[in-house]
Amino acid sequence: MLQLALVVVVLSVLIFGWLRMLPGGPVSALLGDRGTAESRAELTEALGLNDPIFVQYFAFLGRAITGDFGTSTGVSPGKPAMELFLERFPATIELSIAAILIALIGAIPLGYLAARRRGGWLDNAGVVGSMIGISIPIFFLAFLLKYFLSIKLGWLPTGGRQSPDIDATRVTGFFVLDGLLTREWDAAWDALKHLLLPALALASIPFAVIFRITRASVLDVMDEDYVRTARSKGLTRRIIRDRHILRNAMLPVVTTVGLQTGALLSGAVLTETVFSWQGVGQALAIGFERKDFPVLQVVIIAAAMAYVLVNLLVDLSYAVIDPRIRTAQKVS
Amino acid sequence: MLQLRVARTRRTALIGLAAALAVSLTACAESERESGGGQEGGTLVFGATGAPSNFDPFYASDGETFRVTRQLFENLVGIKPGTAELEPELATKWESSPDGKTWTFTLREGVNFHDGTPFNADAVCKNFERMYGQTGAGATAALSYYWIENFGGFSDGANPSLYKSCSAENPTTAKLELTRFTATFPTMLSQDSFAMQSPKAMDEFQANNVKAQGDSFVFSEYARLHPTGTGPFKFTSYDEANGTIELARNDQYWGDKAKLNKLIFRVIEDETARKQALEAGDIDGYDFPAPADWDSLKADGFNLQIRDPFNILYLGITQKNNPALKNLKVRQALAYAIDRESLVKSVMPENSEVATQFYPASVDGYADDVQKYSYDPERAKQLLREAGQPNLTVELWWPSQVTRPYMPNPQAIFGAIKEDLEGAGIIVKPISKPWAGGYLDQVEVADAQLFLLGWTGDYNSPENFIGTFFGTTENQFWTSGSPWGQQLATAIEDADSTVDAAEREAKYQQINRDLMSKYLPAIPLSHSPPAIVVSPEVQGLVPSPLTKEEFAAVSVSSPE
Repeated sequence: MLQLALVVVVLSVLIFGWLRMLPGGPVSALLGDRGTAESRAELTEALGLNDPIFVQYFAFLGRAITGDFGTSTGVSPGKPAMELFLERFPATIELSIAAILIALIGAIPLGYLAARRRGGWLDNAGVVGSMIGISIPIFFLAFLLKYFLSIKLGWLPTGGRQSPDIDATRVTGFFVLDGLLTREWDAAWDALKHLLLPALALASIPFAVIFRITRASVLDVMDEDYVRTARSKGLTRRIIRDRHILRNAMLPVVTTVGLQTGALLSGAVLTETVFSWQGVGQALAIGFERKDFPVLQVVIIAAAMAYVLVNLLVDLSYAVIDPRIRTAQKVS
Repeated sequence: MLQLRVARTRRTALIGLAAALAVSLTACAESERESGGGQEGGTLVFGATGAPSNFDPFYASDGETFRVTRQLFENLVGIKPGTAELEPELATKWESSPDGKTWTFTLREGVNFHDGTPFNADAVCKNFERMYGQTGAGATAALSYYWIENFGGFSDGANPSLYKSCSAENPTTAKLELTRFTATFPTMLSQDSFAMQSPKAMDEFQANNVKAQGDSFVFSEYARLHPTGTGPFKFTSYDEANGTIELARNDQYWGDKAKLNKLIFRVIEDETARKQALEAGDIDGYDFPAPADWDSLKADGFNLQIRDPFNILYLGITQKNNPALKNLKVRQALAYAIDRESLVKSVMPENSEVATQFYPASVDGYADDVQKYSYDPERAKQLLREAGQPNLTVELWWPSQVTRPYMPNPQAIFGAIKEDLEGAGIIVKPISKPWAGGYLDQVEVADAQLFLLGWTGDYNSPENFIGTFFGTTENQFWTSGSPWGQQLATAIEDADSTVDAAEREAKYQQINRDLMSKYLPAIPLSHSPPAIVVSPEVQGLVPSPLTKEEFAAVSVSSPE
């Protein structure tokens, strides 16, 4: 917890200072080519941008303590930055969960199978495919997915989170879940269809990474003495797989999943932009373009917190998976 | 075995818990759907390039906000579809006193705002008093941009205002008093910011309640949720989580009712994503397709409409920090050095035109006989020698991270100009900065020696172009740094305050001639038309040179 507080404080200072040291700013973004010297000066004053940076920072801190993190100037002008973040965060979480689920459900069994049939066609296809998955830029993959699945086949929509003509009730901000909760099945189905392509695009890198780690890890474990022992004891294939191979092979995989989940946010910036997905990644991209300081501050700090939390969860899950860690903790 | 059973029991318990949780959640989440709802007339989904800032047009200055409010609101005077010409809207006729300071508007009868409030002279005056009476954050250029640009000051008297008073003679006659004559009145009232809004709704939802808070602004409840006008569409909702704005037909509209049942704007920020959304049929059209996509969109059967250009791209020249540029011969040499014909042909989109002066031919006061600078690098070299600048070195600035309708591809335009200037022996130092990341900041304080910038006209008026550029000497060109800067500003002010139309026209023509021969504070490059694209099922969309499309006459036939 202390670690988290420290991260937030240090990061807020860095972000605050860094944003304001970049050339340009919200005044240019707001007035564009319609700005005159006079109107620009007036707006700069009105936004308090003439004050020294540390004065601005303490004013920001003072308001932040009361829960006021400033209002957006570019992404959604006039909207409180925290409200904007809270409204968009479910979108990003929904997308990230879908992407990581696709990656887990697909990559771990595939990685295991590839390792068990090393050198087989599945193994070769998987290794080559994962190379492509890692190296293909998300925007290009998104373009291809949309071109074939949306434009040519017309199966899935090209972007957004829901069709505009669906009258959906909003409860949690997770559109698929909302549809299920309110039993608006068509809304849930529609939201799911919108979710699929961006989730696939976002899953490409974690899928490839998790596949490779699982495969390598399973290969390592299969050569271990205890696997051979288990086999010679005459245990069933299934028990060897579940309790001896997979369980031991999962440790490095879990670490990777944690890191990849954290990295999803950077992938989400691109994915959300090309799929018009109204999440925090898109807010980040637009915020940078329009120099929306309050939104950037809130989003970057919150993203850092999420990253720290995810890795904390990963550390905790080691104990669940590996009894040795649990025991070590008890002894000490 | 025992262990296994424990594990299984635990798993069962978990599933049970999850199911219980789901059931309890379902119990507290009720669908808020309304049943029924007619489907006749169809729905049009239009791709917007960005989110609107709010829905009170008075506090807006961006095209994405006006794209929506234009469907909800109407002004005293309107623009004839497909042109930049004035036509009656909420006022059926208007006339001025001989000195041009008192204007009497005869109002349309039987018009109601969406909330049922009658539109009458009283409502007109309440609107003007509201605009004139702005204070605090509401009186800053970030919010009241168009008022400040057109009317000047507010009721606090800190700055002189064009507006004096408004009186309701009778329900259908409103009289506006101005402090001086300006040729831009009443055309300026056609701008979206001066829309007539329901006084009742503005009171009820505290329309004037805008605050500067920390480093930005907070809009009123009216501006976010309850915009109330007289237009053919009514505001339904803005679903920010999904980036969609929904409008519905106003069945009580005084004129021809909208053909569409629903009009939905869907925000798609990414250019490629908009094009693919159209191709997949997710949207029915979008604005400003990239010129590089024009051919492929047409080939795919989409209805790509190119508007008449109503903008100007110029190469700005500052009088501030490079003494060589104060010499007219040097500026003329720059003009001769640039091959604008080939720039327009090879770099600018289809239907672009070479600009001979600072606004397109459709605007009043355009002069055919201005001095023209056809491509002549030898002449440029000679002028530079005469000016004693055979080895002229200049900085050429261009913006990154931006496209504008007048400047669809800044880098390519920069490249062409750099090559041309070098062809005339000029040494060019390129400087590039992000649009909102330093470029505008430095151009505005006249730090950039040569720079690319432009303007899209708001309405048909020379004042809106050359008045904006050179009407004061405090500008990007630093015209205060040269003796003619003040002469030019004075001449523009004089023309604008000339009551006689023919005399005024002559004065503007003379200003344009002088601008091109005596002053040349910048080099007009091109007028380039923005396009709008819709699917073949969309009928009745009339492209507007002012990019002010109205959707009331638009309909969608289903492809089945």
